[in-house]
Amino acid sequence: MAPVPTEPDLLRFLTCGSVDDGKSTLIGRLLYESGRLPDDQLAALEADSKRVGTRGGDLDFALLVDGLTAEREQGITIDVAYRHFGTARRRFVVADTPGHEQYTRNTVTGASTAEAAVLLVDARAGVVRQTRRHTHLVGLLGIRRVALAVNKLDLVDFARPVFDRIAAEYRAVAAGAGITEVSAVPVCALDGDNVVTPSPRTPWYAGPTLLDWLESVPVDDQAAAGPLRVVVQWVNRPGPDFRGFSGRVVGGSVRPGDRVVVLPAGKRATVARLVTYDGELDVATAGQSVTVVLAEPVDVGRGDLLAAVDDAPVPADRFEADLIWMDEQDLRPGRQYLAKIGARTLGLTVDAVAHRLDVTTRERVAATGLRLNEIGLAEVRFAAPVAADPYTRNRDTGGFLLIDRLTNATAGAGLLRGELRRPTNVRWQALDVDQAMRSALNGHRPCVVWFTGLSGAGKSTIANVVERRLHVEGRHTMLLDGDNVRHGLNRDLGFTATDRVENIRRVAEVAGLMVQAGLIVLVAFISPFRAERELARGVVGSEAFREVFVDTPLPVAEQRDPKGLYAKARRGELPDFTGIDSPYEPPLDPDLRIDTTTTDPDEAATLVIDALRAAGIV
Amino acid sequence: MTGTLTHLDRLEAESIDILREGVAESERPVLLYSIGKDSSVLLHLARKAFHPSPVPMPLLHVDTTWKFREMIAFRDRTAAELGLDLVVHRNPECVALGINPFDHGSAAHTDLWKTQGLRQALDEHRFDVAFGGARRDEERSRAKERVFSFRTAQHRWDPRSQRPELWRLYNTRIGPGEGIRVFPLSNWTELDVWRYVERESIPVVPLYFAAPRPVVDRDGALIVVDDDRMRLEPGERPRVESVRFRTLGCYPLTGAVRSTAATLPEVIAEMAAATSSERAGRVIDHDRSGSMERKKAEGYF
Repeated sequence: MAPVPTEPDLLRFLTCGSVDDGKSTLIGRLLYESGRLPDDQLAALEADSKRVGTRGGDLDFALLVDGLTAEREQGITIDVAYRHFGTARRRFVVADTPGHEQYTRNTVTGASTAEAAVLLVDARAGVVRQTRRHTHLVGLLGIRRVALAVNKLDLVDFARPVFDRIAAEYRAVAAGAGITEVSAVPVCALDGDNVVTPSPRTPWYAGPTLLDWLESVPVDDQAAAGPLRVVVQWVNRPGPDFRGFSGRVVGGSVRPGDRVVVLPAGKRATVARLVTYDGELDVATAGQSVTVVLAEPVDVGRGDLLAAVDDAPVPADRFEADLIWMDEQDLRPGRQYLAKIGARTLGLTVDAVAHRLDVTTRERVAATGLRLNEIGLAEVRFAAPVAADPYTRNRDTGGFLLIDRLTNATAGAGLLRGELRRPTNVRWQALDVDQAMRSALNGHRPCVVWFTGLSGAGKSTIANVVERRLHVEGRHTMLLDGDNVRHGLNRDLGFTATDRVENIRRVAEVAGLMVQAGLIVLVAFISPFRAERELARGVVGSEAFREVFVDTPLPVAEQRDPKGLYAKARRGELPDFTGIDSPYEPPLDPDLRIDTTTTDPDEAATLVIDALRAAGIV
Repeated sequence: MTGTLTHLDRLEAESIDILREGVAESERPVLLYSIGKDSSVLLHLARKAFHPSPVPMPLLHVDTTWKFREMIAFRDRTAAELGLDLVVHRNPECVALGINPFDHGSAAHTDLWKTQGLRQALDEHRFDVAFGGARRDEERSRAKERVFSFRTAQHRWDPRSQRPELWRLYNTRIGPGEGIRVFPLSNWTELDVWRYVERESIPVVPLYFAAPRPVVDRDGALIVVDDDRMRLEPGERPRVESVRFRTLGCYPLTGAVRSTAATLPEVIAEMAAATSSERAGRVIDHDRSGSMERKKAEGYF
């Protein structure tokens, strides 16, 4: 047995089982026997046991943990409850999750913060549907160590063969779910056999009691052994002399002098100091909350990730992910959700559900969406690149929430598997010359001026005048015109809604690269959808993005019709033409709006350049 | 490795994480300061979370005018010494009507001063995120409380519509008028709080330490006569006993315990051997079984 440490550590574990497996009784007994149950709570328990107990007036330990009035009246637990108890060796936080099948989301919630699990089975029933279900959920959420409490052994006369058969069957189930360590314990929770003290009724059992197991199971956080990850939550800037990044170390450890890369931007920096209220640290490890001060004045904001330079995730937007659906409203592919990952909240679309997982049989079932409490594998797309790890590598950088944009409900949870469409051996190369250095050489700041408006509104005409004037001033510019780009980079794309999105995504990426190169990029694209323009803003970064709305009413544009397109569209020869049979969503809050019915191209160009001057770009 | 962090280290890091997350995602955060030991620990953690910046939110004390005098003195001293922005709210209707526990009963007193008072203060200052020192181990219904607990625009808590909380990710999005109560000490126990107070040398109200105090018996509770507003029975005279408090509230509603634990180590030793729970001294919790759940649904902190 391990020596008693001077300071106890903390184990978070999850308990799950079917409705009548006696889980609440087991937890109640753990609280009763290991901790000290206060007199007044004991008195309340005695009173409750007589009034609503199911033990004929004897102490009903289940009543200790069935908290809410509604549940006590219905006799079931309906939500995750967290209990605390402790011994000299360890403090425990128990996530007590209900057994009802429909409460998958509660099991998942409890498992997400647990380091180990206690699974109950009724000795008379053995491994049942619910056992398999819970085991797969626990395995999916990354728990690798499970104690199987074979309960109600008194009802099978403490027969060893029954116990051995259940234990063997369960080990096979657990192995299939990725659980590497199973400890089976023969238990009678009602009488306390092998819960805290070894039972004389199971002389054939030489293993640990349940509490022994809980006290000795290793709490090894694999994230701590992995590469450095710090989630930046808050920019700490009390005054001009201090700028630090407050956040939590969620992987590896960090020391002053370490080289880190700031993601998703990809800039490198050196850790100068680790500041805390209690003084500066020489090292901070996974789990600690610190404030990191960097040696270089790099731009870092809430939601950024600081990662080890030699083992950093590649920022990407498309991933394969396991999704657990938690909302009454079904998951619908194509719908826009919000994702919260680390300290970042951004748009997310589920492009497709590959299959649903039957958690009982582990079979893959064809599916197009997911309903409440269903689990499936899906392709997801974030509105901008995120720096993330596979969930199996790091729970904090690989797990995310899906939030309903309208109700703000937490609609689902996601576990990233890997990035799509990019070989995994491609790494993000951190570069020594960065954007700031390039723009210093250029003598101006880079940016994207995004002209949006109807076909024939005058976007390209105005952009052309702007570029000519900037060029005369000696500015480094590039003009990306919708038609021109479609001749090359995007010649494989048509005009369906999907292709329009991809068209904009590629142009935004290219514009983003040009900004990295230090250029002033003028983009003249119809870009009819707000969501795509927001996507472009996300890719480029808000600071460098200027949206210019070239506002020309449809009748005016149609009357100009410089390319004869409106006429064609009206004849039905151009399907999905913006303004005719495909919508144009005007910007709600553009950086600049140009009314072309009252402003000529030269005046418009002046307005654009004045705006760039006002923003300190040129 | 995590193994080098003690359970207090892990609890502290988690609380700081929660404080930072709540403040970063809030328009107008506030720290609900009730002057008790949990509030003292919460304030200490807030100072740590944002150091070297000052605590980036005001403190709100919902006063009932029936708190112990030592609590008010401690509150004002703490705010002055730490340079904190302290907002004190007293429900003006209660002031006008002279609501008190003797004439109006503990339930009405608590509802009007505290529950309604808190709602008024949150509305008046348009605070959207309110940090509180509640812990899950305090009471059975709190065991299911979320760390980020949602309140409707009417300040109601609906146990069936709370959001699932996974990993360390908190969905903080709210609609107009809605609010969030955030409980950074969710996973702390009473003993953790005291051990942390000791480890960090956090000042607490002296009422937590045993001293000779004038007491009377009321419905099985030992009530300290804090001022001359206490209604005494005809001929009743307070007697002096060595008592201390495990929890602090309105003095006529807070039972003391007989104790000689006058120092922090003595209090912790007494706690480790204690056989009654912390809120046993709260008269208001025992009105009816399930009463905390009911009060929370109505907007009680």
